[in-house]
This record gives sequence, structure tokens and C-alpha cells, in this order.
Amino acid sequence: MSVQRNDWSLQRKGQIDQERHKERVRDAIKKNLGSIVSNESIILSDGKRVVKVPMRALDEYKFRFDYRKKKHVGTGDGDTKVGDVIGREADSGQGLGQGPAVGDRPGQEYYEAEVDIDEIAALIFEDLHLPYLEEKSKHAVPAKTTKFTEIRRSGILSNLDKRRSMVENIRRRARESGEANLGPFKKEDLRYKTWEEQVTYESNAAVIAMMDVSGSMGEFKKYIARSFYFWMVRFLKTKYDHVKIVFISHHTEAREVSEEQFFTQGESGGTVVSSAYKLALDIVAQRFPPKEWNVYPFHFSDGDNYYSDNDEAVRLADSLITTCNLFGYGEIGEEGASSYRRSSGALLSIFKDRLKSQNRFVGVRIDDKEDVYPALREFFGKRGEAA
Amino acid sequence: MIDREVKELEAAIDQIWDIAVGKFGLDPFPVHFEIVPASVMYEIGSYALPGRYSHWTFGKAYHRMKMMYDFGLSKIYEVVINSNPAYGFLLETNSPIQNKMVIAHVLGHVDFFKNNAYFSHTNRRMIDEAALHARRMNEYEFTHGRKVVEEFLDAVLSIEEHVDPNFFIKREQPDTKKKSGLKESKPEGKYDDLFSRAELDGGKKREHSEKTEKRKDAPEVPEKDLIYFLLKYSPVLEDWQRDILAMLHEEMEYFVPQMQTKIMNEGWASIWHSRIMREMDLSTSDYVEFAGLHAGVVSPHKGQLNPYYLGYKILEDIEKRWDNPSKEDKERLKLTGGIGREKMFEVRELDNDISFLRNYLTESLCEELDLFVYELVDEEEWTVTEKKWERVRDQIVGNMTNFGFPYIEVADGDYKGNRELFLKHRHEGVDLDMKYGRKTLEYVHRLWGRPVHLETALDGDSLVLHYDGSEHDED
Repeated sequence: MSVQRNDWSLQRKGQIDQERHKERVRDAIKKNLGSIVSNESIILSDGKRVVKVPMRALDEYKFRFDYRKKKHVGTGDGDTKVGDVIGREADSGQGLGQGPAVGDRPGQEYYEAEVDIDEIAALIFEDLHLPYLEEKSKHAVPAKTTKFTEIRRSGILSNLDKRRSMVENIRRRARESGEANLGPFKKEDLRYKTWEEQVTYESNAAVIAMMDVSGSMGEFKKYIARSFYFWMVRFLKTKYDHVKIVFISHHTEAREVSEEQFFTQGESGGTVVSSAYKLALDIVAQRFPPKEWNVYPFHFSDGDNYYSDNDEAVRLADSLITTCNLFGYGEIGEEGASSYRRSSGALLSIFKDRLKSQNRFVGVRIDDKEDVYPALREFFGKRGEAA
Repeated sequence: MIDREVKELEAAIDQIWDIAVGKFGLDPFPVHFEIVPASVMYEIGSYALPGRYSHWTFGKAYHRMKMMYDFGLSKIYEVVINSNPAYGFLLETNSPIQNKMVIAHVLGHVDFFKNNAYFSHTNRRMIDEAALHARRMNEYEFTHGRKVVEEFLDAVLSIEEHVDPNFFIKREQPDTKKKSGLKESKPEGKYDDLFSRAELDGGKKREHSEKTEKRKDAPEVPEKDLIYFLLKYSPVLEDWQRDILAMLHEEMEYFVPQMQTKIMNEGWASIWHSRIMREMDLSTSDYVEFAGLHAGVVSPHKGQLNPYYLGYKILEDIEKRWDNPSKEDKERLKLTGGIGREKMFEVRELDNDISFLRNYLTESLCEELDLFVYELVDEEEWTVTEKKWERVRDQIVGNMTNFGFPYIEVADGDYKGNRELFLKHRHEGVDLDMKYGRKTLEYVHRLWGRPVHLETALDGDSLVLHYDGSEHDED
């Protein structure tokens, strides 16, 4: 019989395997990007960096009984009678619910994955880019990057090049004693990395984000448009240092708004799409002449345009396409809309039929939250590179 | 914890040992106590053995336990390992009284480990063994890649409970029958499963009557031990994979008795911690603290079964009945009284949870504990549907059968003469969770490498699930 107290500070097995578990979570996130991209807790994260997303993929499957079909035994207060209701099954999908949250209950294993938005962003943006980006000579903005380029004999210890130092050590010992092996280090063995500042030039790009905020754009539709733009803005800001973004919201009239207004304001009224395109063309002409700028207009709407405006909308869209690098149009359907409603006179089909220059036009249809991620890939995925 | 406190703890251990062994006649292995921080406590708790192999599921359990602790939702005071010498882990933040109670409780467990019949075949050097397994697993990860080993482990762990608890009885002399030619001379009858003399005498395996048209090397069925079956007969596994199956089988053999005796084991440890503590010279305030802790451990959890409470109550009842039998017990069981302690010790030696409850959960206990059966009515309300004590008892026992897991056995290892695997769920009234069933079947396919089938029933109709490696089907 004895008591011991050891130093356990190096004992990290639990943490190591917890890390393995986290890795599984990350894999699951990768597989579920579609639903995560449009998850409310991210879109409404309000600048929080870490959000919780429910994940299902980490169940440990076993042969087990259907909990809800099984009879269970419990202890009571002393006067339990047949017919007593001791708990209520929760509404579907809401976890354990009330009542007998019994110890052996398998339950719906919703794992609340803590997700770092930047991490997800990195996954989503991995292979996205601005298509047809061209070198425009003027206004090219210099960007500074640092790069380790040289090895020196002196420097700061944090920049020690261990591999080279070891090689130097072996060399010196070979010279001195004839044996090429690693031994005690001398100051002269040490090598340090040093860096240089490099200036790279980036092409200018401007993105014009247009959103329909008319009365027919209900909660769901606005949410879709906003989650798309949420990621788009993030994507542009992470990948391109010098992209200018202009926000335009429109109903029957269009106006330029701030980023915050763009994401928060709700309006009502009818829809005149051409108003937004006209404003966009004006802005391009004044601020982003195509000779100097790569310009990318994007527009989200439910396609419920005034019939009389369609001709004008097509005409202006065509001129947007000819002045800009790529025009993207996303049409948002009713939540869970079935396919027969899809083409009925809405703008997307009109654009597809009548736009002259289809190869610089990308039109997508979004009926479901899960479609946001594919739409992002559609707009910013691999496409002809003109640079 | 400062050195003075360690010294005090050492003195307390000696005192508790003297009371447990000298006064109460407990017979534990020597115990090595170790004071550890919470992170280590939760680590050992989630791996069930220190130094075990790595897998993400342990990390998940660890993370969950640690979180519960950090949020103050639950706390493990004690972890004890069945080995000789045994190991008891004490949380470094425990108060002196908590530690004393835990030490007494641990001695109760260790006495149980040493003396209960179901533990007699457990490996008392399992910590060493588990460390060896961990090292081998590590080597396999190094050779074959971590992901590969992890995916294989995912599959094995999905069916790890499906081992035969009587494994050591049945396989003591594997393969002898083939050499000795006993195969044909064995009697065959419908009660072979129950009364196979050869099995009891020589540990030889059961025979089955369908063997005639099967190929010679066809595996023997039915086989309850899925892990053993796959290890022996899977057409696709490599040596290292079979080794992993063997290692996990060994670890399950070690854990099965603990799964079979949870209620008794906790009840036994709780009885003795309470009696030992009462023998100690505690100050009034210490006694109040202890009483609070003890009440927390052996209290009923409404709508659930707290094994500490249930085991404690039944054991106390046994002692009472065998000391002062009721009129009915005197007549029916011919009890004369005065042997309560001996009877308790006999029960701790011979029973497991199933026989314990079947034999000693009485009508008056069921009433006192207010036990009831409940089920989901109309998909919405969890309703009490049974209070008759025999039915309640039978339901508890039924739920414990096969440690609460569905009873699944290999019915054919050469199904359709095509080396397909046919599993059979012995349906005893409760359907399987079908989603989990299908997913687990995918894992079984990973281990068998050829089409797999599972016969079960759903809402009263027989149902066979099929999985061929790419698609699920059923009929």
C-alpha cells in the first residue's frame, strides 16, 4: 500500500487524441461545407471569430436498440402509478427533450463543433479566384511581402536555420577531426535566415455587389443573398488586398449604400432591375474605367422584374458585360420551390435567352441554403484565365 | 497537495486497510494509490485503462468529460483499475474526507475484483498488456499509416461488444477436435446449445447439423463472438489487422466482467465505504461532510437506475433477510438467520448483475425503490406502463442481457456458398436502430470484404438488410 504523487505534466495522451477527434471534426466540416456556408450562426456571427455549428458526422455507429421502442426501468418518488407520464418526447430534431433523459440514452448525437470562421473561409476559398483577371497597367497597387532569401552567419536566434547549422557543424568537425558526425556546436556553425521585403504589383479589381431589396424579397431570399455576399466580401478581402467593393441595393430605384446598410437594411416596393444596372454603369464610368480596372458586377434578385423593364434590363446587362470582366447573376427561388416554377418569366431565363455575350455571363439559380456554396464556386471557380 | 497531507493520507490508508481487512474481512489485492490532477483523472477515466492505444473516440470522451468537469457539471472522484497490485487514482483537489471515502470505496472494488468469480479469468497485469498493445498499434500506424489504422479501428470498435462472455470456457483448447477426430462422434440434438457435455468437459466447440453441405473449411456457426469470428475467418484481413482484432478482443475480455457486474460492484463498494467510514474517528463536521457525499452517491435518480443505489439497497436487504428472515423467508427459503454477512460475501463471490437481480430483487424492494417500467406511448409521452414487481424485475434483467446490446451472431460464414457473411439478430421484442444498423453493417463489410447480411425484424415483420460494399438493400 502506498501513495504516490508523480509529475504528470508531460502526460498528454488525452489531449493528443482530442486533437485526433478535432481532426475528424474538421474533415466532417469539409464534407459539409455546403450546409455550413449558409449556417445562420456564421452569417449572423457579428464579427465573432468562433461559432458553433451542429455536426452529425461523428456518430460512433454500433448495433443498438431503437431507444424509442424499448421499455425502460426507473426509480420514482414512492408513489408512481401506471399511466403516469414522466416525460415528453421533444419535437423532432431538438435533441433530448424533456423528462427521462436517461443515462444510457443514445440520443441524437449532435456535436456542436466549434468552428473558426477564418478556418472555414480558408477551406471555402481554397480554389476560388477572380476570373478573367487582367493586368491593367495603371493604378497597379504595390503590395509588400517579406520573403526569406538569404543565409547569414549572424542574426536573431528565432531565425536560426537548424538544418544548415547542423550541416556546418558536421563539416567543421570533418575538417577538424576527420569524422563527419554531429558534435558540440560552436558559434561559427550557426547560420541564420534573413529576409527581404519584396514589392509585388497587383491588378486592380472592383466588385459591384447589387441586391434586390424589393417587397417580394422575403426573409429567406434576403438571407440567401446576404450569405452569398457575406462570403464573397470575405473572400475578396482575404485573397485580394486591393479590391474595391461597391454596394448597391435597389427596388424600383437604386442607390449606393455602405457595407453595413447593405447587410442590414430591409426595404419594400417593386422591382426595376435596370435601375441598379444603370447606377452600376455610371459608377464604372466615373470611378473604375475598364482600361485601368477589372470590374465584376454581381446581382442577386428573385427575378420578379417589372415586365416592362425587361428589355432595358437585358440591354444594360449586355453593356455591363462588354465593359466588365464578368457579370454574375443569382436568382433566388422560393424556399424549397419545385422545379416547375423555376422558369416562369423570371429574369434568369430571359438573360439566358437574350444576352449577346454569354461566355462572360454566369447565371445561377438558388432554391435552397445548400445552393449558396455551389453558387460561390460557380462564380469564382476555375475558369479561363486571361492574365 | 503538500507533503504533510500526503503523510496524513498514508496514515489514513493504513487505518482504512486495517478496518476493511481486519474488522470486516475484505480481501483485496494490495492497492497502489496515486494522486493526480483532473486532466489525468479524466484521461484515465475516458480510456478505462492508463496507457491504452490511441483513437479519436477516446479523445472525444476525454473532451466531453473534461468539459463537464470544467463547467462543474460532474466530477469523478475516483478511478480504480482491476490489476494486482490494483491502482486507485485520487483527484488532487479532493478534500481529506473525500479521499478517505474514495479509498474505502476503492478497497471495496478491489475486493470485488479479486473475489468475484466472473473476474477470475481477467488479466491482472492488464496495464502492461494494454501498454504493449499501444506500442504495437503505434508500430502499425507507423508502417501502414495513421489513417489506415484509424479507419480499421473505427470498424472494429463498432462491434467490439460482440464478444462471447464465456470465451475462456469455450476456447480453452481450440482446434483439438480437428486433430482428435471427435467431430463425428459427438451426439447431435436440439439441445446441443444448452447441454453440450463435450463443451463443458473439454472446452470443445459446438457442432452444427447443417455442416454437411458446406465446404470443409467453412466456419462453424452459430458464433456469437463476432470479433473472434472475423479474426479467424475473414477472407480479406492482413496479419496486422488480425492482430488488432486479437488485441481488442483481449481488452474486451478484460472489460466484460465489469460490464456484467456494474450494479453489484458499485453496491458492494458503497456498502463498505459507508461502513468503514463509520468505524473511523471522524469529527462531527467531517462526518456531516461524509454523510452528504455518501447520500449523493447512493441516491435515486428519478426515472433512471442508479447502479450505486440499486446495488447498495439490494445488498443491504440480503444481509437483513439472512440475519433476521421474515416468516415467509423462513418457510420458503428455510432461513434460520444470523448469517447475513456470510451471505453477502457469498453473493459477491458467485453472482453477476443478472443473477443478482433475478435472485434478490424482491417485491418489497421493488416497492421501496418505487421501480417501474416506462415506454414511449403514441410517439410522444414517456409513460409508466408497468408496476407489477415480477414484470419490472424481468424487464431490468432483460435490458441487461448481453450488457444491453442486441444479441447478434454469425449464422453463416459461407452464405450462398459464396463466402458471404450472414448475421442474425436474435430479436427479443425490441427493434434495432435501423440507421445505426446499416452504418454498422458497412463497418462489418470493411472487415469481411464480401457482401454482408443482417437478419432482424422491424415492426413485427422479418427483415434482412444487405450491404455489398456500395449499396444497401433489404427484403
